[in-house]
Amino acid sequence: MAIRVQAQAFDPGFEVNAMHAANVGVGAVVSFVGYVRDFNDGRDVSGMFLEHYPGMTEKALAKIAVEAEQRWPLLKLQVLHRIGALEPGEPIVFVAAASAHRQAAFDACAFVMDYLKTRAPFWKKENTPEGPRWVEGRGSDHAAAERWKSG
Amino acid sequence: MSINVLFFARYAEATGFDSLEMEGEFASVDAVRLALAGDPAFAVLNESSLMCARNEELCGLDEPVQAGDNVAFFPPVTGG
Repeated sequence: MAIRVQAQAFDPGFEVNAMHAANVGVGAVVSFVGYVRDFNDGRDVSGMFLEHYPGMTEKALAKIAVEAEQRWPLLKLQVLHRIGALEPGEPIVFVAAASAHRQAAFDACAFVMDYLKTRAPFWKKENTPEGPRWVEGRGSDHAAAERWKSG
Repeated sequence: MSINVLFFARYAEATGFDSLEMEGEFASVDAVRLALAGDPAFAVLNESSLMCARNEELCGLDEPVQAGDNVAFFPPVTGG
């Protein structure tokens, strides 16, 4: 399991390739990349700032990753999240799960993203023509995280 | 006892504090919250969507606290 929280940009393609480069037992890699959009909730977005809780962020992500590794037979799990200033089109988050067969990788990747959305201490502040504004949490994110409780 | 209280994102802006130290007897995270929330400057702490953490781990408002703990209050997270 690898957790990275960084201000630097990253290359999702490079990260995906690294998921199986050192392990030919990997039969499946599922990855998710989240990008900054140039439009949200009816406003143009020219960029954003990602605040986080240093000290808690890595801990929260590691806890989610450990839970994923306990639930699915994963060969590798990577979580990478940007902080600081970002521009539209830039990747914000990368989650990838590697396993022998596809289903564990699909499920683990979705699980980590759903939990990250509701439990990892990041906050987005968007720059809009009307000035900066904090992004509000979405109820649909909580519904998405809830579905893993019964499974 | 002394508790270190942290605020993030919109809550830090609304209260004007990133952190502050509180002296007193607090049974729980909610007791810390209530000691502050009566002051209009900390009204955001009355929001029903408030999230909290004790010593860098998410917790419920009924979480017990001990001297020296870090108690953090913040709005719903919006990463990813």
